[in-house]
Amino acid sequence: MRAVDRLHPWRLRLRSLFRRDQFGQEIDDELREHLEAQIAENVEAGMPGVQARAEAMRAMGGITQIKEQCVEAHGVHAMEELGEDLRYGFRQLRRNPGFSALAILCLILGIGANACVFSWLEGVLFRPYPMVTHQERLVAVAGTSRGESGATEISWPDFEALRQSCTQCEDVFVSKITSSTLNIGARAERTVGSIVSANYFDAIGVRPALGRGFESSEDVGSNAHPVVVISDQLWRRRFHADPNIIGKVQRLNNVPHTIIGVAPEGFYGTFVGWAMQFWVPVSMEETFESGGYKLEDRGARWIEAYARLKPGVTRAQAQEQIAAIATRLERDYPATNRGRGLRLWPLWQTPFNNAGTLLPTLEIMIVVVAFVLLIACANVANLLLVRSVGRRQEMTVRLALGASRARLLKQLLTEGLILSAIGAGGGLAVAYFCRHALALLLPARGGVTMYLPGEIDWRVMVLNAGLCLLVTLLVGLVPAFETRDLQIAGALRSESPSVVGTRRKAWMRSGMVVLQVCLSFILLVGAALLFQSLRKIRSTSPGFSTTSVVQTSVSLVAAGYDVPRARDFQDNLMDRVRTMPGVEAAAFARVTPLGYGSYSSTPVAVDGYEVPLEDQPTVEYNQVSPDYFATLGIGLLYGREFTRNDNENAPMVAIVNRTMARRYWRGEDPVGRRLKVNGHWAVVVGVAADSKYESMREDPRPFFYVPLRQDFARAPALYLRTTQPVQAAADALLEQVHALDANVGLYEVITLQEQVNRATSPQLVAVTLVSLLGGLAVILAGIGLYGVISYSVAQSRRELGLRMALGADGARLLRMVIGRGLRLTAGGILVGAAVGFVLTRLLGNLLFSVSPHDPVAFGAALGIMTIITVAACLAPAWRATRVDPTQVLRS
Amino acid sequence: MSKPSELVQGTLDMLLLKILALEPLNGWAISLRLKQISGDVLGVSVGSLYPALHKLEQMGWIRGEWRSSGNNRRARYYSLTRLGHRQLEKEAAEWNRLSDAISAIVNLREA
Repeated sequence: MRAVDRLHPWRLRLRSLFRRDQFGQEIDDELREHLEAQIAENVEAGMPGVQARAEAMRAMGGITQIKEQCVEAHGVHAMEELGEDLRYGFRQLRRNPGFSALAILCLILGIGANACVFSWLEGVLFRPYPMVTHQERLVAVAGTSRGESGATEISWPDFEALRQSCTQCEDVFVSKITSSTLNIGARAERTVGSIVSANYFDAIGVRPALGRGFESSEDVGSNAHPVVVISDQLWRRRFHADPNIIGKVQRLNNVPHTIIGVAPEGFYGTFVGWAMQFWVPVSMEETFESGGYKLEDRGARWIEAYARLKPGVTRAQAQEQIAAIATRLERDYPATNRGRGLRLWPLWQTPFNNAGTLLPTLEIMIVVVAFVLLIACANVANLLLVRSVGRRQEMTVRLALGASRARLLKQLLTEGLILSAIGAGGGLAVAYFCRHALALLLPARGGVTMYLPGEIDWRVMVLNAGLCLLVTLLVGLVPAFETRDLQIAGALRSESPSVVGTRRKAWMRSGMVVLQVCLSFILLVGAALLFQSLRKIRSTSPGFSTTSVVQTSVSLVAAGYDVPRARDFQDNLMDRVRTMPGVEAAAFARVTPLGYGSYSSTPVAVDGYEVPLEDQPTVEYNQVSPDYFATLGIGLLYGREFTRNDNENAPMVAIVNRTMARRYWRGEDPVGRRLKVNGHWAVVVGVAADSKYESMREDPRPFFYVPLRQDFARAPALYLRTTQPVQAAADALLEQVHALDANVGLYEVITLQEQVNRATSPQLVAVTLVSLLGGLAVILAGIGLYGVISYSVAQSRRELGLRMALGADGARLLRMVIGRGLRLTAGGILVGAAVGFVLTRLLGNLLFSVSPHDPVAFGAALGIMTIITVAACLAPAWRATRVDPTQVLRS
Repeated sequence: MSKPSELVQGTLDMLLLKILALEPLNGWAISLRLKQISGDVLGVSVGSLYPALHKLEQMGWIRGEWRSSGNNRRARYYSLTRLGHRQLEKEAAEWNRLSDAISAIVNLREA
């Protein structure tokens, strides 16, 4: 009832606006009723008919006027005016189709770039997981290791402790990316999925469309619950949307799993970067992870987790409690948890998926697209300014006819609104088409393309609408500023541009161009810096050979091998691989340098320098097979490689890198000395050169290697140093693998160069995006410059003609016009260089061994800007030389 | 017929609400009732009555609907809405406060 009361006035107002005739008719009827009643009364009082009517009409007064007042009482005029302005604005746009198209195109590009980046921010960083409820309270949970800045995984027992003790969290759940070979009929393919805790689907508020989620008992046991929930895409694509799918059996990594559920359409799991295709409970971890049964091992860190905070709890509060839990664990289990902490991260900084890697790039993009939008607005404002000169007469006439200045302002803003609304609509369309573009910039891995969709939800829409209003003000107020001093008397005389007026308008237009040049110069500098950085990062040696070494992975976990069989298989495969044509060396290693997996780490102590466990530094290490250093081309400075004799029965040995040798043995030859690894002494048998381990940007750091046989893994990476091209090597390798066991599959075979490229792909994304938008900005600025120079040439035809008549030749005029453009640009570049000098520091950690003030980058930007200026001025300058002096001077 | 003064315009709204609070009426009946109540003191013309009614309707305080007015004729009858009742209470309270204050001043002067 109350809502109806409130809506009623709007219904009335709309009715009075859109059903004008009926509305007017009703007021007429009402007033006529009154008149008739008055006449009837007059007649009753004894007046004759004619007099009664005349008297009644006199008493009533002007019916039209009363009607008009009644209509006005409904507030119709304001809306009618808006309608008029809109109609008029559209007519103006139609009348200058070239102008309109250019202005709208500029705005679509400007607003579209913004909407696109907003949708990426929303879809990748802020609400990355469609269908998951209350993502604003979701945080990522990762471990920390004292003395290291990065995040680590968490062990299952620690996770259980967290789940039980965290009262600030509504839910804590595991979601660890994994992959599996999926065989359906004759086709085999790799898919990505998640290992999740049993509370997963309840915690994220997603109900399977078919079947059920997991039950809490399915968290427990070793390979105890081979059940799987599959994605909607997998269900449709590979199982033809079979409605009776529940209860069927599908082999994952060669283990039969019962399909217990199908996730709803539009749910892609909880990992930024890939669309998950299946979910298995943590009790199946051994089937998908190397390293054996880990659910009771507090030292085995492999879990990636999320927590949903209770309503009203801040991340800082929850972090405090979680830190206390970690401290307690550290006290209770010093052997495994010493120096280990737990940390909550906002979703957009999630350390274990692509959110964290894309964050710096997307942050920069916010600034970049804001610049592009400003440049586009400056272009449109300039176009409107030029047009407003043509409309001075019109505006003056309207003022003279009694329009108020506020009314004119409203008219101009309405025209701006039309432009920006079309721009915003087009911009949304651009964002819609570009929402998957982010994934295109990143390479597919393991044959699975990335999935990084932008999200266009109401928040993006609201931001877009906000931009639209902002643009309206920016582009609408500039011409309004122009009309603020219109003088009726002066302007009604014939329109001849007065000198002063022209100069001020020219000043304003030039100001716009300077702004554009300044902004696009900064973008160019940014793009050049990022490009320099990418070049440096890709040409820096990672410390191992990148060419002629190919890398893949042989997962014996997936094929269901136990440890003894896996050892035999690896030995046999190595023997066969060595005989392959073109293969010079081959080796296994548990973790691939620059890959996604994380290294083992341990507190270390050395002979003669033993400190209490609490003070021991933690060092990361890798498990590698014999010939690893020869295969990857990492130099051995002292000692020897591991051999087949360094097996599980032999004394433990280790090879340290150069930095570690320097730091722990102070430059003495460490060969023959002892190193304590995980509480056991190992003899150092060699010193290897430093290389890059996790990132191309890291500084040299202590690192060591142990023999794979003494710390075994069933799913190691395999490296071949070969003279064959990568595809031939892959085919030959697969043949050898299948000769041993046809059930064992190979992961993607890539060169180490490709591995380096993938590790640096965030830099590539940054370069590509900033260059694209920088290019767009420069083109927009070029258009702006062209517009201003063209206009000034057209305005100064008389002057040009005079100069020609006085003997200036074409070349001179050409120089003059281009010089005018260059002077404008120079102003913009100077300001841009000054501002850029400060702003490029924002690029901070995206830059790799490039100073934010790199003179080469500034020089390159200067060069490009100059070329664009000359290009933009050429056509108007050529037109200037074509001025016919006799004609101009006569007119 | 001159337009009623500002004060009268304000009180007109309240008078109309009060009249319609008693029973739904059409414009003609309202004008009769006004004349009846105030005689010529307020002198409300047709030219201010109807715009005032439409303004009240736009505010959501009254609602107009076409009804039969006897002898085969139809007229627009206005009735008070729930919002209108609340508004009337507010304006009446305001009016009482004001008139109390004024009469207090007047009495003071006489004493």
